[in-house]
Order: sequence, then structure tokens, then C-alpha cells
Amino acid sequence: MLKIGHYEFTSRLLLGTGKYPNFDIQKEAVAVSEAEILTFAVRRMNIFEANQPNFLEKLDLQKYTLLPNTAGAKTADEAVRIAKLAKASGLCDMIKVEVIGCQKTLLPDPIETLKASEELLKEGFIVLPYTSDDVLLAKRLEELGCHAIMPGASPIGSGQGIVNPLNLSFIIEQSRVPVIVDAGIGTPSDAALAMELGADGVLLNTAVSGANDPVKMAKAMKLAIEAGRLGYEAGRITKKRYATASSPMEGMSIG
Amino acid sequence: MELFINGEKVNIPNEVKTVAMLLQHYQLDQKVVIVELNEVILEKAQHQETRVTDRDKIEIVHFVGGG
Repeated sequence: MLKIGHYEFTSRLLLGTGKYPNFDIQKEAVAVSEAEILTFAVRRMNIFEANQPNFLEKLDLQKYTLLPNTAGAKTADEAVRIAKLAKASGLCDMIKVEVIGCQKTLLPDPIETLKASEELLKEGFIVLPYTSDDVLLAKRLEELGCHAIMPGASPIGSGQGIVNPLNLSFIIEQSRVPVIVDAGIGTPSDAALAMELGADGVLLNTAVSGANDPVKMAKAMKLAIEAGRLGYEAGRITKKRYATASSPMEGMSIG
Repeated sequence: MELFINGEKVNIPNEVKTVAMLLQHYQLDQKVVIVELNEVILEKAQHQETRVTDRDKIEIVHFVGGG
């Protein structure tokens, strides 16, 4: 069970809703992923095209918990405003704090992320900051009272997988709130590795939406995250330098 | 009446008196939208009673796909 604030989830896959080829594929991908938390962005509406379809309207909102992000914000103030807009929908009280400090790498601005998280916690949000894999920053965010920490595996949408598994494992070890690996996941094995390291969940988008077959990839990610989690709970064997036979050496019928 | 909606200047009939009526005017009343009036974010319950007046600055936002 994944517990974030007052919420409890069975699934450990958090799925983004951006950049799918079309709504039908997206809907099926969301269904087979069995994700219970879906991320969204907040943007200006085209008021002159009221009938343009919107993915949110196609969802049974009883089945999903919305995790809006503050993507687009470059400062803490902008992030706080976007979060408040999202909450005013009356549909959610969780927020993914995302304050981007560099447009080329899309890496988060640590100082603005910290400030925005602090302010939103005061406002009563369930706060999940997207952060770099900096161990001390993760600790500071936890000390503020954030409900989960979401370190990136590698830059958003890059599909590079986990570039610093050591830092990630330090963050996981020290953290008493859930750690959700967010951004940079490319393959099911990346997601499984995150879970084997002890992550509480994985948030991904492009790895599924950008796959040749997003529905199949959604299923693959679901299975990988379950497998990785089971592997973590089961506890891996220690690595040895030389072989250890699996079959007994006694009772051989030769020699 | 002249309003600035999402950064654009638009002309609205004077019969539109509240935020709820403005949303109806644009056929957005059944949609999930969030309204900010002169930099004050409104709860949905406030749409009925909140009046719009000439030269108000209004933001109408919604949820779109994102990661």
C-alpha cells in the first residue's frame, strides 16, 4: 500500500497524461496501467472552442486521484498560484511542485521548489515536490513536511533511466515519507530498478505516451513496477565474486 | 462591456452580470474550469454571486495533459 498524506493507493505507478497519440489510446493505456494517480497540467483554456475534447472529461473521476503539476512555473510564486488554481477546481488537494530552473535540461530550481513547497504546506496542500537527486535537498523537503519526495531519475522526457542510483538509494534510505522516482524513466527495466532500490513508486509519462505501442508499454511498466517492488520486498542475494553451485555435490552417480 | 480574458480583449453583452453567466455565454458552464478574476482565484461556489464589470481581467484555465 502506498500512503501519501491521507490517501492510500494499491498501484505504485503514477501516470502522466501528456503527449499521447490520441484519447482512445490514452484511455486504454491508463486502464491497463492500473494507475490510480494521474498527473495533469493547468493551462489557459481556448474559450472560443468550448467543445474541444478534454481528456479529463473522459475519465471516471471517482476512480482516479488527480495530481496536478505546477509545470510552467519558474518561481515559487508562480508555482503557488498554479497550485491554488488547480485546487479551486474542487477536484484535488494534491500538488506536484515543479519549478523548472533551466529550459535546456528542465532540471528543477531547488531554492524555488523549497519555497513553493513550504508555502503550499502552509496552505494545507498534500505536497509532492519534483526535485533533483540531491540527498540533502530531499532531506530538507521532508523536514518541511512534504508528503512525498519525487527525485528525478534523469532529465524529464530524456529516457536516460537512473543516472545516479547511488544518490537515489541514499534518498530512499533516509526518507520516512514515500519516495517516488519521477522523470527520465525510459524502459520497464529502469522502472523495475527504481523499485528494486526501494522506491515507493514511479511517476512516468513519455516512456509510455511516446512508445510505439503506448498501451503495451503501459502494461509493461505496470508489471515492471510490481516485479521490482516484489524483488525489493523479497530481498536480493548478495553479490559474490565466484560461482556457488545450485545443485548438490553429494550423491553424484559418476566417478 | 469590455473584458480581458486570457490576455485577449473581448466584448461581452451587458446582460452578462456574473462569472457563472460569463461561463454560460461561452458554453463553459458544464466544463471543469477555474476562474481567476483580477488576480483573485474563485471557488466554484463563488461563480454565481461574483459580478463581472467592465475592464475586468479574467483568467479561465483548465486541466490539460501533462506529466
